[in-house]
Amino acid sequence: MTTLSNIKLSLSALGRMTLSPVQELGKITVFFFWGMVHIVSFPLQVYKIVEQIYFIGMKSVFVICLTGAFTGMVLGLQGYYTLVKFGSEGVLGAAVALSLIREMGPVLTAIMVVGRAGSAMAAEIGIMRISEQIDALETMDIDPVRFLVSPRIAAALISFPLLTALFDVIGIFGGYLTGSVLLGINPGIYFSRVESSVVMKDISGGFTKSIVFALVVVTVCCFKGYFTHLQTEGFGSKGVSLSTTSAVVLSCVLVLITDYMLTSILL
Amino acid sequence: MKTPLIQLSDIHKTFGSNKVLDGITLSIYQGEITTIIGKSGGGKSVLLKHIIGLLEPDSGQILFNGQPLSGMKRPERKTLKRKFSYMFQGNALFDSLTVCENVALPLKETTSMSDKEIRRRADEKMAHLDIQGIEDKYPSQLSGGMKKRVALARALMTDPEIILFDEPTTGLDPIRKNAVLSMISDYQKKFGFTGVVVSHEIPDIFNISQRIAMLSDGIILFEGSPDEIQRTPVPEIRNFIYGYEDRPGAHTGKGHQPCVELCFLQEMVRLQNHHITFSLVLFTFENIDKLCEHAEHIAGHTVIENLALKIRSKITITDSCSRFGLNKIVLLISNADISQAQAFCESLASEIQGEDIAGLKHNPAFCFSISVGFAQATQDSSLETLLETAESSSKPFYATSHT
Repeated sequence: MTTLSNIKLSLSALGRMTLSPVQELGKITVFFFWGMVHIVSFPLQVYKIVEQIYFIGMKSVFVICLTGAFTGMVLGLQGYYTLVKFGSEGVLGAAVALSLIREMGPVLTAIMVVGRAGSAMAAEIGIMRISEQIDALETMDIDPVRFLVSPRIAAALISFPLLTALFDVIGIFGGYLTGSVLLGINPGIYFSRVESSVVMKDISGGFTKSIVFALVVVTVCCFKGYFTHLQTEGFGSKGVSLSTTSAVVLSCVLVLITDYMLTSILL
Repeated sequence: MKTPLIQLSDIHKTFGSNKVLDGITLSIYQGEITTIIGKSGGGKSVLLKHIIGLLEPDSGQILFNGQPLSGMKRPERKTLKRKFSYMFQGNALFDSLTVCENVALPLKETTSMSDKEIRRRADEKMAHLDIQGIEDKYPSQLSGGMKKRVALARALMTDPEIILFDEPTTGLDPIRKNAVLSMISDYQKKFGFTGVVVSHEIPDIFNISQRIAMLSDGIILFEGSPDEIQRTPVPEIRNFIYGYEDRPGAHTGKGHQPCVELCFLQEMVRLQNHHITFSLVLFTFENIDKLCEHAEHIAGHTVIENLALKIRSKITITDSCSRFGLNKIVLLISNADISQAQAFCESLASEIQGEDIAGLKHNPAFCFSISVGFAQATQDSSLETLLETAESSSKPFYATSHT
């Protein structure tokens, strides 16, 4: 009898473990769906979207320039010393540009924005949840998803590709700085290799990734903040801290997983 | 017979293992203010959140004009929601918006009104609530009372048909508290909205309410008019509306003055109908005000509680021990004449002699004393005459020893 009940308990625990992520995924999908629907529901929230573009996009410019520059410089340095062994340092421009445009630009931009804006989104919405501000919106017949999530998704859809483009450009110049200015590759060769190797498919692939990352990052961060009150490991400010942490970790992990999946589809 | 606008029928709600609502049945009528009273943490706010749809009941139904909320379609619910407004206990102001933006938000987001018109209405509401001049401040820069009034202004902005107020006057000074209550009453008369108020402002709230419901242990213990609740003989309700709980030992170890009155009346009935006599013993704490100066600040409560516990350990179930006024304990000993009462007190005195019931061991120079008086009831005694007799016959009962 005891053995039977133990088996039952183990099976129900296994069932819970399986169902829980599926339920979570379902909730995120519904949340994302309503967030998208309300972007185009009237009246359009233009002012709020512009405000969020300023917060997600404009305020991330400096950190994106900084990380873009150093990523490009490291790629230039590493690429040069690898290529020089084969006597093909002339293709450094192509190596740096393709690495940045196809992979590193979208991924690192998304991860930097998660750290700078995604955590802030999760914390802000989480605090609104625990201080009943979201309940207050509901009582006023203001849809909280429309009010809080949709402008952020719209702003991210605009900001992420632009930030990625900035990252790529700054990164290519970073590669030029180490490859040509410090290590002596001819600048003309560097840029001509960039121009000849990068095709439209690489650029559109990079932008596709950045758009998908924008949706993933904003949905996960807003979702974690929005359902802070359902945290079982901590309540109140502790709950907000846990939500923020899990929003950042989950976003970064999902960015990398999505990146692999997209790369395998786009190649 | 009036039909209720909102009807709650057998509502149950449990959070984890905590059963908060255990079969609530309540009717709210159009154009009336219904006040829900009850102990803090008893589920009043949870009940309000069920009415507005922020929480779903585990079982039971909420009906609006006879139509169940759970059976309504999304557009119907939306239309209904627009008739409601809710003032949260913790205000729930948007901390990243200014006061003016907070007040204007419901109109800005749900109507196509011009900014100028919204601003005019917001200014009007803020003027009514005496909160002009803080339009550009943020909620974190305001006092608790001001936040309350901003929340109230926001709740009134849409001129709703039904307003739920969750403790609208908590944290306000007496003048502003009365101003807010009068404003709720005036607005209700002017606009005829239906109000549901959760409040602890007893008896002030009775003046503005048409109906009172008392929530206790997850059920509606009483539902009726303010007059009816004030006349009810149910001890639990009487005790609550007089501002305390009949919970021996919680604070001072005794009941309170109206308990004395109730017990006295019961004893008088037994005396008149069955000739069972009883005696009153009055313990007076002589210098309790000085006690706090010489011992810790809760020494006054401690000494009353200690003596009450001693008395309670010796009395029978038919006797009653209650605090009376600031410095007295009244003991009614059933089926006892004055000599038996005196014998009881002598036994008690010998028991506590030498004990530090006043907590003065660190300050032995101060002498604290308790006196005791006795009176035996007769057929025509009143509580007042018995107390006077006991007070006049007062003699020393206990004193801390001098060094």
